[in-house]
Amino acid sequence: MAKSIDVSDLNIFYGDFLAVEDVTIPIAAKSVTAFIGPSGCGKSTFLRSLNRMHEVIRGARVEGKVLIDGQDLYGADMDPVNVRRMIGMVFQRPNPFPTMSIYDNVLAGQKLNSKRMKKTEADDIVERSLRSAGLWAEVKERLDRPGSGLSGGQQQRLCIARAISVEPEILLMDEPCSALDPISTSVIEDLIHELKSQYTIVIVTHNMQQAARVSDETAFFNLSGVGKPGRLIEHGRTEAIFSNPTDPATEAYIQGRFG
Amino acid sequence: MTSTQAPAPGRASVRRPGDRIFSGLSLSAGVLILVILAGVAIFLTVQGIPGITAHPDEVKSGKSFLPYVWPLVYGTLIAATIAMVIAVPVAIGVALFISHYAPRKLGQSLGYLIDLLAAVPSVVYGLWGIGFLAPHMVPFYAWLDEHLGFLPFFGPASATGRTILTASIVLAVMILPIMTAICREIFLQTPRLHEEAALALGATRWEMARLAIFPYARSGIVSAAMLGLGRALGETLAVAMVLSVGVGTVTANLIGSDNPSTIAANIALGFAEATGKSVNALIASGLVLFVITFLVNFAARSIVDRRKEFSGAN
Repeated sequence: MAKSIDVSDLNIFYGDFLAVEDVTIPIAAKSVTAFIGPSGCGKSTFLRSLNRMHEVIRGARVEGKVLIDGQDLYGADMDPVNVRRMIGMVFQRPNPFPTMSIYDNVLAGQKLNSKRMKKTEADDIVERSLRSAGLWAEVKERLDRPGSGLSGGQQQRLCIARAISVEPEILLMDEPCSALDPISTSVIEDLIHELKSQYTIVIVTHNMQQAARVSDETAFFNLSGVGKPGRLIEHGRTEAIFSNPTDPATEAYIQGRFG
Repeated sequence: MTSTQAPAPGRASVRRPGDRIFSGLSLSAGVLILVILAGVAIFLTVQGIPGITAHPDEVKSGKSFLPYVWPLVYGTLIAATIAMVIAVPVAIGVALFISHYAPRKLGQSLGYLIDLLAAVPSVVYGLWGIGFLAPHMVPFYAWLDEHLGFLPFFGPASATGRTILTASIVLAVMILPIMTAICREIFLQTPRLHEEAALALGATRWEMARLAIFPYARSGIVSAAMLGLGRALGETLAVAMVLSVGVGTVTANLIGSDNPSTIAANIALGFAEATGKSVNALIASGLVLFVITFLVNFAARSIVDRRKEFSGAN
């Protein structure tokens, strides 16, 4: 199920503005890759280019190649809608649909695929997704309640359940814990560890300890100045990046000397 | 957290002048609305009761109140309903196009145009209804009569085109701008977070509208529809101009020359010549319109409130 990602020579533009320059990085299937770097260095933009969500902004475009198990993500025959069904995303702030119940939130993606489902089948998907997201025990008694009534950490896990209910190949997470308290954060981090066995996970984080705790690979992004494009400085095994970075900027960032 | 503590007994809590002035202003505004509303209701009731109880011989129509007002209520409801059926989907569609589909420049100028439409006085719509729409609807009505004549709505067709259906279409055009403008503003307020949640699940633009925009905008759409409906129910001049003069009949035929009339149009046409109890009867019909409007608004609010906890406001 999980697929690998192979990015080569990727440039991302907003109109004429080059936001991210020349990224080449392989991402292995069933691994957790963390993107770290100062604000504005393009890591979120790059993450969003992996499921073509950056195209939501007018004028956004890319040059270069993104291959998902060898298939060109930006090929002429690829519909961004299908791409996003294949590659799930969890956002910085929890965003369950406020007008839907917990149950319907989990099934939102399924309903888009417009498959007719039996009630039992739908129930199974909801339970399985919520169990995978570690939320089942907390909400099984109130599946018909609005998702917006949950705590922030529960809402974020609901969003994870919603993303994985359609069984995507890859799960992208854009600072999924930055709006959460430390306890909710640690619950989500444990969840990432478990999900790794089934999904390829890419996570953007500002929290270096988090990158060190959850990821197998780490990529460090930086930009040389305001208005300059963000660049991938280096990437490698997380232990290596944290213990023995090759670039002085990486070392400075990790040790908290800037950023 | 000292700010949450109740003030100690015997010590007045600090009240800043700005707070006091603002709370006074908003309180008096709220009270003023209630006073005006009550004033209108009392006037209508006091002046209307003699009209309701009047003997058939005392009024111009020669009928007791209920048979007199019933065809007008029927005509008012029919005209407003058809106008809503036409205008609500169009308003939502246009608003969605402006807010989410059109290129930004086009959307902005379209929105501006629609705001302008809202400022056209109703007499102009009335003129347009008689002078342009009615004659142009005549062949269409003949076609309806010929092909769908077996339905009770499309009976013998009017030769002038001045029918309740024409009046309803004019009403629909009149209420379109205000509903579109409100819907557009609300659609634009949809949190980006919710739109992205839908898109990231692989929603097409239309599915995004269904998942994120419409549920979020639901109560706003109802408010917009209520404003439009209020105008459609109460619109006087355009309807009075389009419909051929008459007390109005109760008929299912929407395209006949023997058409129903509406309460507001009937008041406008009849008030100048009315005397004695006839005036009271007209005012009583106004009271009926007031009650209808009130009930419809009440029903709409309760529909919105029923799913309040899912509204996204919490």
